[in-house]
Amino acid sequence: MPDDKNLNLSPKPSDRIAKTTCYMCACRCGINVHMKGDEIRYIEGNRDHPVNQGVLCAKGSAGIMQHLSPARLRSPLKRVGKRGEGKFAAISWDEAMEMATSWLKPIRENDPKKLAFFTGRDQSQALTGWWAQQFGTPNFAAHGGFCSVNMAAAGIYTIGGAFWEFGSPDWDRTELFLMFGVAEDHDSNPLKMGLGKLKERGIRTISINPVQTGYSAVADDWVGITPGTDGLLIMSLIHVLMKTGQIDLDYLMRYTNAPWLVIRNPGQADDGLFLRDKDNKPQVIDTKTGKTVAFDTPGIRPKLKAEIKVKSGGMATPSFMLMVDEWLDETYTPEATEDRTGVSASRVYGLAKSIADAAFSREVVINEPWVDWKGERHETMIGRPVSMHAMRGISAHSNGFQTCRALHILQILIGSVESPGGFRFKPPYPKPAHIHPRPAGKADQVKANTPLAGAPLGYVLSPDDLLVDADGTPSRIDKAYSWDAPLSAHGLMHMVISNAYAGDPYTVDVLFMYMANMAWNSSMNTRGVIDMLTETDPETGEYRIPKIIYSDAYSSEMVAYADLILPDTTYLERHDCISLLDRPICEPDAVADAIRWPVVEPDRDVRGFQSVLLDLGARLGLPGMVDDAGKPLYADYADYMTNHQRKPGIGPLAGFRGSDGTNAGRGAPNTNQIQQYIENGGFWSEELPENARFFKMANSHYQDFAVRMGFFDKPEPYVFQIYSEELQKFKLAAEGHGKVQPPDHMRDQIKTCFTPLPVWYEPFEGSAVDAKTYPIHALTQRPMAMYHSWGSQNPWLRQIHGHNPLFIPGNLARSLDVTDGDWVWVESHHGKIKVPVAVMEGINPNTVWTWNAIGKRRGAWQLDKDAPESRKGFLLNHLIHELLPMKGDGLRWANSDPITGQAAWYDLKVNITKAEAGDHPVIEPDFPVIAAPPDMPERPDVLRYGDTIIAQEIAQNKKGENQ
Amino acid sequence: MTCLPSASGKKLGLVIDLDICVGCQACVVNCKEWNTAGYGAPLADINPYGDNPSGAWLNRVHAFEAGKGADARVVHFPKSCLHCEDAPCVTVCPTGASYKREEDGIVLVNEDSCIGCGLCAWSCPYGAREMDPAEGVMKKCTLCVDRIYNEHLAEEDRVPACVRTCPTSARHFGDLGDPDSDVSQLVAARGGYDLMPEQNTKPVNKYLPPRPRPRHEIEDVDLVSMAKKTTPKGFWKWLDQALDQLPG
Repeated sequence: MPDDKNLNLSPKPSDRIAKTTCYMCACRCGINVHMKGDEIRYIEGNRDHPVNQGVLCAKGSAGIMQHLSPARLRSPLKRVGKRGEGKFAAISWDEAMEMATSWLKPIRENDPKKLAFFTGRDQSQALTGWWAQQFGTPNFAAHGGFCSVNMAAAGIYTIGGAFWEFGSPDWDRTELFLMFGVAEDHDSNPLKMGLGKLKERGIRTISINPVQTGYSAVADDWVGITPGTDGLLIMSLIHVLMKTGQIDLDYLMRYTNAPWLVIRNPGQADDGLFLRDKDNKPQVIDTKTGKTVAFDTPGIRPKLKAEIKVKSGGMATPSFMLMVDEWLDETYTPEATEDRTGVSASRVYGLAKSIADAAFSREVVINEPWVDWKGERHETMIGRPVSMHAMRGISAHSNGFQTCRALHILQILIGSVESPGGFRFKPPYPKPAHIHPRPAGKADQVKANTPLAGAPLGYVLSPDDLLVDADGTPSRIDKAYSWDAPLSAHGLMHMVISNAYAGDPYTVDVLFMYMANMAWNSSMNTRGVIDMLTETDPETGEYRIPKIIYSDAYSSEMVAYADLILPDTTYLERHDCISLLDRPICEPDAVADAIRWPVVEPDRDVRGFQSVLLDLGARLGLPGMVDDAGKPLYADYADYMTNHQRKPGIGPLAGFRGSDGTNAGRGAPNTNQIQQYIENGGFWSEELPENARFFKMANSHYQDFAVRMGFFDKPEPYVFQIYSEELQKFKLAAEGHGKVQPPDHMRDQIKTCFTPLPVWYEPFEGSAVDAKTYPIHALTQRPMAMYHSWGSQNPWLRQIHGHNPLFIPGNLARSLDVTDGDWVWVESHHGKIKVPVAVMEGINPNTVWTWNAIGKRRGAWQLDKDAPESRKGFLLNHLIHELLPMKGDGLRWANSDPITGQAAWYDLKVNITKAEAGDHPVIEPDFPVIAAPPDMPERPDVLRYGDTIIAQEIAQNKKGENQ
Repeated sequence: MTCLPSASGKKLGLVIDLDICVGCQACVVNCKEWNTAGYGAPLADINPYGDNPSGAWLNRVHAFEAGKGADARVVHFPKSCLHCEDAPCVTVCPTGASYKREEDGIVLVNEDSCIGCGLCAWSCPYGAREMDPAEGVMKKCTLCVDRIYNEHLAEEDRVPACVRTCPTSARHFGDLGDPDSDVSQLVAARGGYDLMPEQNTKPVNKYLPPRPRPRHEIEDVDLVSMAKKTTPKGFWKWLDQALDQLPG
């Protein structure tokens, strides 16, 4: 045995362990940061944390490199050259804050909507949204509009929550798991942990996705569907399940609006609305008495099949009958849908059979008595153990909202939402649309020196709630909550720059953004957006978007296009709260929230954006941020996290409340709260009572718990909305009813798309372009080891994903005569790119795909100008326009879902031809090098991370030996 | 020429489940992160922000497609040192730097004696060794030898970093020399196999093959024929009967 002096079997891994929250993606896992002196030795998952239970993904494990990136901004910057030149001067924070204040103060004093404040991948929307509200601008949103608002909104409107942070499969009890369009990112670790559990239990998993990577690769069944046709497949499944009686009638009667009476009075203003009593309660017919009673009457059994005359005219039937009419239609037979979806009829029958078997032959029963919202006691909890998860693959289409709704309805019809073994909500969800506030920001609510009457984002219930003026002009710069996108619950960040540039509906004075790479991978039509940011008005010489303030921790592509840069910290240098008021991290059995806290101090002149925002708010004298004397109320974000109260007893953090820190949910501020979080591992969690864990929407024990925790002020039970009266109200408006009317040119589209029961229609781009000219679908998948643009500067992660080929199916490769490493031209109605290819069999035969957000602009992110991310990494964004091509009506319609405004990234249709590679093949378009901000550090040629830690260890050992 | 120890009972190693590896690279990066500041020299990266970044890693996951057309399947294949019983990388080492521990079978490199000749990497049929580009010494998986016996770590954390971090629980660690150990039982139950047994290196690490995936294009006669025959009228008849059968 050789004498291996280096071998120490028991080195001390750390001097101290700091437990905080990861921010390498949006999952928000708990991490243990092992510190050796001032250096980070190692980051691992926190075993006690509810989200990741000890595991950690590749991104999280590469956090050290993100924290130490040479692309970190070093001080506030003011632009001194032209926009896009990247010429900046470093300035002090005082100067930066004075500059920002001087730009924003006159806006607030005159017309607050002239500030557009959009916060990208913000995890502090409870603060940033409130800040916008206090400023008085309706122009606030984060990135949801170009991400997955279809999923989120369809979930809220249908069942009171969607997937991911809203709910989870019941991993321990489910008997079948289906994924629709899950692109390997959200939610990262919990989904992988869940799949591991299912494999352990031998449970079958099915992945419906045009591309067979990641989760699809380990699924027992991969269904390579044609992009944009998921809704049709889902409705075909519904067709078969209904037709064969494989639906849960008891569940439908108890927990859904299937028995609610719908007025059928064609042509009249009440057609398609629910029949309501004088208290405005929807009506059902009781089977026992035959009487028409309110839906929430205890002891009734409502009819699913009936027809009554309505006194005021027309007939009324349970909405269930409309569902039968709709989905038993021959349009949805597997034989009728197979050509479009690319999923054979026999496969659809097979899927339906699997779902029915799991739901009804493998019923799960939990012996836990509970009392429902009507006071009826149940001795057991009966479950339909089929669970589902879906993500952007089905939502980032112009038919995504209705597709997502259809998926939830499939879950409901088999009785699997909130039942054991099915899909389970995470508190504070379920929370249906009507409990959420309406958006504030109508023209008369936007006033100088005045906060908005409510939060800028919310859920509209009818055209009356739209933010439009009398002639239909949108109130918001992104046209959210206008007829363009009535249910745009997350705003439309992707439309802000183009609308502000065009002055449609108006111009803005300041565009203020945080963590949003709009000059690169977060925009459609990247080249066009860059032009909009740099174009000046020839008359005044002023930029079309006069002033841009941007906050980011890194030298991203967007930096060069801003006028004032407010440098943020890394995630290990900051305070944050992962709040129940924002996007929660709860689990189905437990309510939880968490913090970040400075594990290391910044070595640069940077500040956490949230602290900066509070400072700016105080300088502007925003109500809630200053006291009566005009002095700042909060020293920084940590102070706000501890002491801010949204309403008495309710603050950003729900744990350790009350003066002694023993309260949960509600309680007075606790000055020691953050310390108690730190001592508890960076998070707080409290379990739900056993009898409150299922049927939460109808469970009196859960409702009481929710009130106790402060989710609601009174119990808010409700039933699932299979039939959407909200959508019907928009449809009625399009038919001419009501006082808030759409523009005439939009009526037909609204009538087609705003159906109260989901329909499938062809994605807009597909129907707008010639299918022969652009026959191929093109889309992206998010790599598991990379997340947006943050990751591709990371020296470890970029060795895994440093460039991205276009993956093309074998049949297409053969017809084009191309193979791995060859180059092709990809052309859409909007643009043309030249990219390298890789051949893959596991793709839908009419689809090509690539990894998302790896391509970088030369010079950005402190990477070498010849980095593979720039030479062989590309964006599909150059092919996608925010507007559809002309369709002969003289108008250019939005490339978005017409209901929510979600960017329809995955509607893209392309043509592909072989390209000559040339001697030095580089992707096209090849943008010019962008200059780095001043005073950025040199890029090291060699990285030997850990050498000083190892040296320290050896020195300590020697010292120990000598003693 | 370095000698292998006489066979000892304990054979520590990994069991990797190909049925559940989703190719997320968590094990790859967490391994790098733990080991770059651990045993031996750091795992260097050359040109880390440059035009051709590369570095030393002890574990990599390869993704490839097996099969053609409809039968094609993407496979994620994690690969690190298999700690072979007949490790050619040890016997080929001219300086004795490469060695196999008698007490647990872990194959290590004593970097003080390593001259960076690369013979071991050349002799390894699995390509599981990587030369550190800065230090010029051979790097390889140590099974986190500085974790698994580490008295400063909680008992449950005394496993290789890749095992502790794996989100899908596709990686297992234990004594494959003990037929009663959890890992041996798992190998027996799942038909775990040796990678490239024809190389006669007797790898300790084992791979669990993907479970069979029966095709589910079932033509369920009852359901299909029922779906095809049922008319709306028939549906309502079923509904009436079904409602009558509901309790209460």
